[in-house]
Amino acid sequence: MSLRTPLGRVRGLGSAKHGLDHWWYQRMTALALIPLGIWLLSSFVAQIGNDHDAFKAWLGTPGRSVGTSLFLFAAFYHMKLGVQVVIEDYVHTRWINMTLLIATTFICVLLGTASIFAVLKLAFGG
Amino acid sequence: MAQVERPLSPHLQIYKPQISSVLSILHRLTGIGLAVGTLLLTWWLTAAAYGAAAFTHAQGFMASWVGQLLLLGFTFAFFYHLSNGIRHMFWDIGKGFAIETMNKTGWLVVIATVVFTALTWFLGMTMGGSA
Repeated sequence: MSLRTPLGRVRGLGSAKHGLDHWWYQRMTALALIPLGIWLLSSFVAQIGNDHDAFKAWLGTPGRSVGTSLFLFAAFYHMKLGVQVVIEDYVHTRWINMTLLIATTFICVLLGTASIFAVLKLAFGG
Repeated sequence: MAQVERPLSPHLQIYKPQISSVLSILHRLTGIGLAVGTLLLTWWLTAAAYGAAAFTHAQGFMASWVGQLLLLGFTFAFFYHLSNGIRHMFWDIGKGFAIETMNKTGWLVVIATVVFTALTWFLGMTMGGSA
């Protein structure tokens, strides 16, 4: 016998009111990061020792700059979700917990935006 | 809330380390390591966007022994988190929960991490400067 109300059950959001979103997006970004991460890492290894012009030329093609931007978006999203769980697990003092969670979100959005902007600037020949 | 003194269940230091628990915490630790490593990636990309001088400076740091050590750790963390993440996905679809299977896939992750980290660095060392 369940003590949950029919409305609560049909909404399927659980006690945290977020449903499966966190779990699902963590898996979706992880799945995207498998091919993107392997591609980007191997590409960067092949770039070792290249100067600025060569790196710009490499990154400049539409495919590579889109691929790199997608990697960065998925990576920072995944990072936000992962670091959030670590904070929720270990930091139990309310105000420190909240401060760290907000800081994590802001930092991930800031770094994600900055790095994607960097890719676009290089791609558009800045 | 946290200040209430309640009895605690036995924690990490009570239990004998096992392949399951060690790999589990390593997934989290490499995740944090990758988050820190991402700062390096952001710096490197924004340096490239700022211009040749900033890029050369960032490249110089990556080539120093501190930079190389960080990149080695980054590579290791990357392959561990990737391999063990795939192991997690099999658990997500309900496969690989038998203890024997779990121990086997655990060692497989360790071997894959070492092999791919070594391979990446071997290729990096031999191809460096020529690409």
